[in-house]
Amino acid sequence: MSGTMSEFFGDWHALLVLLLAGVIPNQIWRMLGLWLGGGLDEGSDLLMWVKAVATAILAGVIAQILVQPPGALASVPGFLRYGALVVGFAAFMLTRRSIFAGVLCGEIFMLTGRWFLG
Amino acid sequence: MTQLSFIRLIAARFTPSHFAVPFPPLDSPQWHPPLRAFAIGMGAVRSTILSLVLFVTYVGIGALAHDTHFSLAWAMMGTLLVWAGPAQIILISTLASGASIVQSAIAVTVSAIRLFPMVVAVLPMMRAPETKRRQLVLVAHFTAVTLWVECYRFLPHVPRDKRIAFVHGLGCGLVLIGLVATVIGYELAANLTQTFGSAILLLTPLSFLFSTARNSKELADVLALGLGLAFYPLASLLNSGLDILVSGVAAGTIAFAVHKWREGP
Repeated sequence: MSGTMSEFFGDWHALLVLLLAGVIPNQIWRMLGLWLGGGLDEGSDLLMWVKAVATAILAGVIAQILVQPPGALASVPGFLRYGALVVGFAAFMLTRRSIFAGVLCGEIFMLTGRWFLG
Repeated sequence: MTQLSFIRLIAARFTPSHFAVPFPPLDSPQWHPPLRAFAIGMGAVRSTILSLVLFVTYVGIGALAHDTHFSLAWAMMGTLLVWAGPAQIILISTLASGASIVQSAIAVTVSAIRLFPMVVAVLPMMRAPETKRRQLVLVAHFTAVTLWVECYRFLPHVPRDKRIAFVHGLGCGLVLIGLVATVIGYELAANLTQTFGSAILLLTPLSFLFSTARNSKELADVLALGLGLAFYPLASLLNSGLDILVSGVAAGTIAFAVHKWREGP
């Protein structure tokens, strides 16, 4: 690890943002589950809808990373990013849903493609 | 190690037999010492493929935090205090793409709703009539997709009065893996070539997609995942700052409606 202590911590403003936009929005739901959880039916319509929306938001995050790639991923052409997802998913299904095989094949596809492009 | 024995070792780690739970029998005196259940829980992280998925995800998060110019301490505190991979990704990527604190907070809050049903589902597994609510605060904090899935698998093999200690151990073990992976990802992104940096950032969408697909047993889950992927590119054309929210609520609501319609009156 290189750098000074101030480099390690960054500015306090970013840590305040982490607390307000990261920590509190997550802990609210956990603590609500702890306080109200006793009386809720796990199979109720409300919880079914909440789970579906939560899953779709997660899917949106996956799409966002591929469509608007951050950092070094932006240097990879679009067809390789989307292709990696498709190839990985095919491997995932062919191996009776092995997460490991899916991730590995997606990565190999992207790296091979980059290597060919030079 | 010869190549063959290496392949056998890998195969043994990823085949279903590996998923046997290596705990003492329920009535064994080995469960009695107070710290023993905690230690068994912490050790249980070695017997789950999800530890590897968690590791890979957090390497990606560490790398993302680096490439979007957050500090290492910021990334580590996120892992320790937020402890929800998707929320951390949304937080980092929305802030980095110029969203305001309020916009980020709304997107993260909505993504975190799924923690609520998880906590509701997990707690009854370790609650006894005499259990106080404050004894479960740490369990609620550790609850995220990995712990939620593993509780269903592990807890039937853990004596009921030892389950809170066991889950504390399991949670600490998982957080430790997450923290180490965050640091590794951050440092790798700082020091690797662009090719390897992009490979690490690609880990997150791949591992999220496949671990969610694996947990999607009902039609509503599968539809929510598929529609959510398809809707985001459309919603992003709106450029509202809440694109993830718009596509997520739309896709999730359609998935839920189809599920209800198929179920019939």
